[in-house]
Amino acid sequence: MLDLEFMRLAFGAGIVVGLLAPAVGFFLVQRRLSLIGDGIGHVAFAGVALGYLLDLPLVLTALVVSILGALSIEGLRARRRTAGDQALALVFYTGIAGGVVLVSAAGALNVNLFQFLFGSILTVTRGDLVVIAALGAGALALIALLYRPLVAVVVDEEGARVAGLPVAPLNALTAALAAVTIALSMRVVGILLIAALMVLPVIAAARIAWSMRSTVVIAMGIGLASVLAGITTAYYADLPPGGTTVLVAAAAVLAAEAVSVLRA
Amino acid sequence: MSLALRMERVTFGYGHGPPVLRGLELAVQRGEFVAIAGPNGGGKTTLVRLVVGLEQPTSGRIELLARKVGYLPQRAQAGIDAPLTVRELVTTGRASRTRLIGPLGAADRETVREAIERVGLVPQADRRLSTLSGGQQQRAFIAKALAAEPELLVLDEPTTGVDVEAQEAIALLLQRLRRELEMTILYVSHEFGAVERFVERIVLVRGEIVFDGPPESLPAVWHDPSHVHA
Repeated sequence: MLDLEFMRLAFGAGIVVGLLAPAVGFFLVQRRLSLIGDGIGHVAFAGVALGYLLDLPLVLTALVVSILGALSIEGLRARRRTAGDQALALVFYTGIAGGVVLVSAAGALNVNLFQFLFGSILTVTRGDLVVIAALGAGALALIALLYRPLVAVVVDEEGARVAGLPVAPLNALTAALAAVTIALSMRVVGILLIAALMVLPVIAAARIAWSMRSTVVIAMGIGLASVLAGITTAYYADLPPGGTTVLVAAAAVLAAEAVSVLRA
Repeated sequence: MSLALRMERVTFGYGHGPPVLRGLELAVQRGEFVAIAGPNGGGKTTLVRLVVGLEQPTSGRIELLARKVGYLPQRAQAGIDAPLTVRELVTTGRASRTRLIGPLGAADRETVREAIERVGLVPQADRRLSTLSGGQQQRAFIAKALAAEPELLVLDEPTTGVDVEAQEAIALLLQRLRRELEMTILYVSHEFGAVERFVERIVLVRGEIVFDGPPESLPAVWHDPSHVHA
């Protein structure tokens, strides 16, 4: 399997996304913003459509539009003018509707949108892998460096504000990291499934972890294992890699729940 | 004695609504242990949110002279789903006193350990918060506030949902902390019977300050603040 270059590239991209998605998702889950990944995913679709319209690299336009969408959700939520779920709904539906209109305007309704909606990891190029690895490593380094203040905000946002921590910039950074993760993961699991890879490993890890730090590490391990097992299974069983990866992550939640019940 | 906090003619309303607090005049000396009491909806929480800067007054002036403030919001533990340990929780309280980037240094880890020790949770330090009793969880949150070495500690209903014994233990703990660390403490409670014996001053809030003085001077009719009448 690893003799094939497209499989080596697929595993390379999968390893980065498998580690990054749960690391970012951890902060979203703890802030009860598990579905923000779905919202940003829909905005990313508008970014892909914009790329078609302007004939620009699709990952680039998806990245820029996703970051703008993520910051909009965070801005609306932070100003408390709109409840978190309403802010999400506004950006969510605007994103998907904008995407459909832009794709139509670009005359690209007949292109294979399926690869962006559900992933197409076997089409990852060397150039894609360089971008995914560089941005993924940068995002993981940022999380490692700012882990303590990010956790402080997650645990007690108002307490952190009173203590003088830069809460708004840290929340904006989390939203931007979610957007970067989604743009990078489009090829691996697709826009419609990426939120699952950000959330399911964290849910599974929280069932069996003994601390916050161990939750992050275990979640990253489950994310990585899900992607590797998903791609391998998909290769041998001729299944779609994105969907298979998410099903493996869902199975990890069930297994972790079983372990948790047995331990209790 | 110098001032920790001064409020002058403070009025506050949410959005364009009517004021929920009117004409507040309050001066708190450094080292005082003050209970903020009153009926539900009387504006106690709003008052302390103004003190810690989470809300801005519609008019009037608030001068916070204490350099560092520790704040324990109402039902703090309710928002915690994360499998964090007591030590991890207390460590987050130290974040404001360290550089943002990188791991905690040895001296800061020692401050965290001392904060855990002060609230008597050393044996539980590496246990998940969710496995502790309500009273122990509140003590962990108090340790989190202590980790920032605050001059003013503001606690909003810290004994909600804990039994009477734990309420008394928390009040005793705060009394000891105030003595040992020379802290100023503002303690919000809608049932101040539990803290009345430990504080030296009660401020009764019902849209405005209707009483401000030592507990022994509190008129009998106000001893149950849920029955405060105009």
